[in-house]
Amino acid sequence: MRAPTGQDIAAGDVLLSVENVSLAFGGVKAVTGVSFDIRKGEIRAIIGPNGAGKTSMLNIINGFYHPQHGRIAFKGKARARMRPYDAARGGIARTFQNVALFKGMTALDNIMAGRTLKMRRGFLWQLIRLGPALAEEVEHRHRVEEIIDFLKIQSIRKIQVGKLPYGLQKRVELGRALAMEPDLLLLDEPMAGMNLEEKEDMSRFILDVNDYYGTTIALIEHDMGVVMDLSERVLVLDHGVKIADGTPAEVQADQAVIDAYLGLSH
Amino acid sequence: MATSAAARADTFPKLLIRNARLYGGRPAYRHKDLGIWQVWTWGQVLVEARAYAVGLSRLGLERGDTIAIVGSNRPRLYWSVMAAQMLGAVPVPVYADAVADELAYVLAHADVRFAAVEDQEQVDKILTVSERLPKLEQVVYDEPRGLRDYDHSRLKAIDDVIRDGHAALASEASGQRGHSKVRAHSASEDARERADDTRPEPGSSAHAALAKDATLGQWLDGEIEAGKGSDRSIILYTSGTTGQSKGVVLSAIGCINAASDTVAFDKLNERDEALAYLPLAWVGDHYLNYAQALVAAFCLACPESSDTAMADMKEIGPTFFFAPPRVFEQMLTRLMIRMEDAGALKRRLFHAFLGIARRHGENILNGERVPLLGRLLYALGELLVYGPLKNVLGLSRVRIAYTAGEAIGPDLFSFYRSIGLNLKQLYGQTEAFLYITAQPDGKIFSDTVGPVMTNVDLRIADNGEVLFKSPGMFVGYFKDDAKTAEAMTADGYVKTGDAGFIDARTGHLKIIDRAKDVGRLNDGSLFAPKYIENKLKFYPNIREAVVYGDNRDFVCAMLNIDLTAVGNWAERNNIVYGSYQELAGHPQVYDQLARNVEDVNRSLAEEKAMAGAQIHRFLILHKELDADDGEVTRTQKVRRGFVAERYAPLISALYDGSREADISTEVTFEDGRKGTLSARVKIRDAAVVPVPGAMEKAA
Repeated sequence: MRAPTGQDIAAGDVLLSVENVSLAFGGVKAVTGVSFDIRKGEIRAIIGPNGAGKTSMLNIINGFYHPQHGRIAFKGKARARMRPYDAARGGIARTFQNVALFKGMTALDNIMAGRTLKMRRGFLWQLIRLGPALAEEVEHRHRVEEIIDFLKIQSIRKIQVGKLPYGLQKRVELGRALAMEPDLLLLDEPMAGMNLEEKEDMSRFILDVNDYYGTTIALIEHDMGVVMDLSERVLVLDHGVKIADGTPAEVQADQAVIDAYLGLSH
Repeated sequence: MATSAAARADTFPKLLIRNARLYGGRPAYRHKDLGIWQVWTWGQVLVEARAYAVGLSRLGLERGDTIAIVGSNRPRLYWSVMAAQMLGAVPVPVYADAVADELAYVLAHADVRFAAVEDQEQVDKILTVSERLPKLEQVVYDEPRGLRDYDHSRLKAIDDVIRDGHAALASEASGQRGHSKVRAHSASEDARERADDTRPEPGSSAHAALAKDATLGQWLDGEIEAGKGSDRSIILYTSGTTGQSKGVVLSAIGCINAASDTVAFDKLNERDEALAYLPLAWVGDHYLNYAQALVAAFCLACPESSDTAMADMKEIGPTFFFAPPRVFEQMLTRLMIRMEDAGALKRRLFHAFLGIARRHGENILNGERVPLLGRLLYALGELLVYGPLKNVLGLSRVRIAYTAGEAIGPDLFSFYRSIGLNLKQLYGQTEAFLYITAQPDGKIFSDTVGPVMTNVDLRIADNGEVLFKSPGMFVGYFKDDAKTAEAMTADGYVKTGDAGFIDARTGHLKIIDRAKDVGRLNDGSLFAPKYIENKLKFYPNIREAVVYGDNRDFVCAMLNIDLTAVGNWAERNNIVYGSYQELAGHPQVYDQLARNVEDVNRSLAEEKAMAGAQIHRFLILHKELDADDGEVTRTQKVRRGFVAERYAPLISALYDGSREADISTEVTFEDGRKGTLSARVKIRDAAVVPVPGAMEKAA
């Protein structure tokens, strides 16, 4: 049986829907009754003050956390308990707030690792690395080289990522996520700790990924300028509750959002 | 030998046809794409360039038009030059990193109707200044990424233009079977066949009428044949150390004659290979790579991106290599830093064998007499140290290496020569295309630029300025007869603007400085700023130096630290810094550079003529001198006058005895936006060696 692919859903239709989801760790409520959707082809931002539940929301989407209540449907299919592995297989890729690369491996190998789920030949075939396994590796390498070209990281191909500056590590991580050819790409603070020039480069790459590969993107970001420029719709969380959802202009004008950011006596 | 045949072909397209005939199956261009080296043979390049020319002509490019070429070294941009020349159009390469304003100036001044560019970045740049370019009609690009949604009415992919040309040639060929030009042959066969029947085509006036009857292929052959040696072959805009850049017009036959002389001088042939990494718009690239490659039929390898050039060089292993001294210096700095981190055994081995190389290496390279033991030790060193070292740097196969553009440090120069790299110096300029002097194998000195090149006529004017006549000599500055006249003497020599003399001992030319920059201190001592700056820059810690002293009481210097070298030193000495500015202002960094400055003073004191020009005070600038801010040219030459204006508060502080000074300057970011950078810069005094002569003069 084949899972429905991203292609089956037309651009603009709902790719992922989250309905009334709640997540608590013991007595701490991380997310409470949040509903929203992500439409195919859009860039969707999730913002909110520190501790608003943004990263928890991403973790719920890619199956790392399991909400106590609520319903999540990806590509129109509701899912029960799902592991991150299933999410990846289903077409959800992500990057992390703190870069989570294999530090001792080269940039190339890290991105190749993103192809793991696309490899058809088993472990033994890969071990002898002949015939079909070799042909497969050549094909995957070609796709990876396209990504390397896309992200303009040719010069660091053979360098251990642990030795790279932070901005480039972030780019390699994006490359690894792209290597999965995801339908939905989750980016957790892709610009954190970057200088202005790196932020501009990264913004360009995010727009290009969205435009060139048609990838749907959900991103968490603190830099409001970046969020307003990049995203089509913005979801605002505060203390685990949705307080606004709409276009950047609408959200910016929303009194609840202004209060959440500027601080108000609760 | 390629040279004799080259004498008959008087334009570059004719040379390409010759190369396709003689060396059809040999590699002409390589380009690393998606991690793999792609190769085109001379035969294939001819087929592609012909199709490209037809495609451009169908877009409206005509004889006499100008076409801008903007981007990094990519085969399709080199073919753009070739395709334009096939049609008798004149290519105008522009520096890829030029900001929109500079680009607009050149494109407008050169009246370009077409532009062939690398990618979206360049297309965007042209679009932002399009209202200043009313004559520009079509832009073609190599890299389609990001351009999909652009309005394509005046924008085409080069691939599509070439495809259109192929289709047009093929449809004509199938229409007239008897004359079919483009068949499904192997490229080389095809080229050979075509080259055979290109001979008798009429002159240019007859073509238009003929074009109707002849097939497209024959028409193109006619266009190529109609190209004359005296035609404008290319316009190269000088980087402009002084004021706006000027368009240097070169003739086809001049270019080819000059390149033929140097190809013979260095015995270059079709088995050679060069890495095309120098800026396309620079005379060096057009000469060393484009012109020499076509004359000698050697292969050009285009790197994957400018960042990967040095890694790509290691994979290609070029046999002919040119680099400005700066590149050799960076290579050595990186190497030394890596050696610092190596194990104790490796370090000792490295230093021991470098000692042997210093004693014998250069003598062996020059073919002089060396004791047997020395030769044996050197051979062992080659096996253990020099060979692997050259391999890491990508220099293993280099037969001939040149450096020029700036003076090279004697230590740096002899380091490379001692490990067996045949590094030589040349002197030239855009107006000469390119060589004026060059050092022949075996007769090498670090402080000369060699004897006069074949067929070049050299003269030293009374004021010490170097004058020349050369085979590749420019036709004139584009649309600027006044400047052309200014650059020439009455009897037809070109003024280089450099002061120099013929060294009596070696017979080689020695360059001191720009003629107009040589000045005097108030006490009458000779002040040659570049000479002092070069001495400063030979220290790895100092990346750039600007000295002042003309009509002053003493000499002062403004320095830029080298971030790689100083940063590494700081790391090893646990010096914490948050930014370039902070590191540059660190007291211990000042201490380091003060030692360098004092060394320079000692070495100046040893030379009678220069002893009066020792550096009394110096400061370290809080930012790197940058081409985007106009402080250095695109070829990294300091614009001394402009820097003086920009940093006027610092210079007055240098001379009024202050300990520090505040400066605030406008800086331009890479995306063209501007910001302000402020800093408080410290000033130090440097110890000066007392010179009796100067004292007497002063008294």
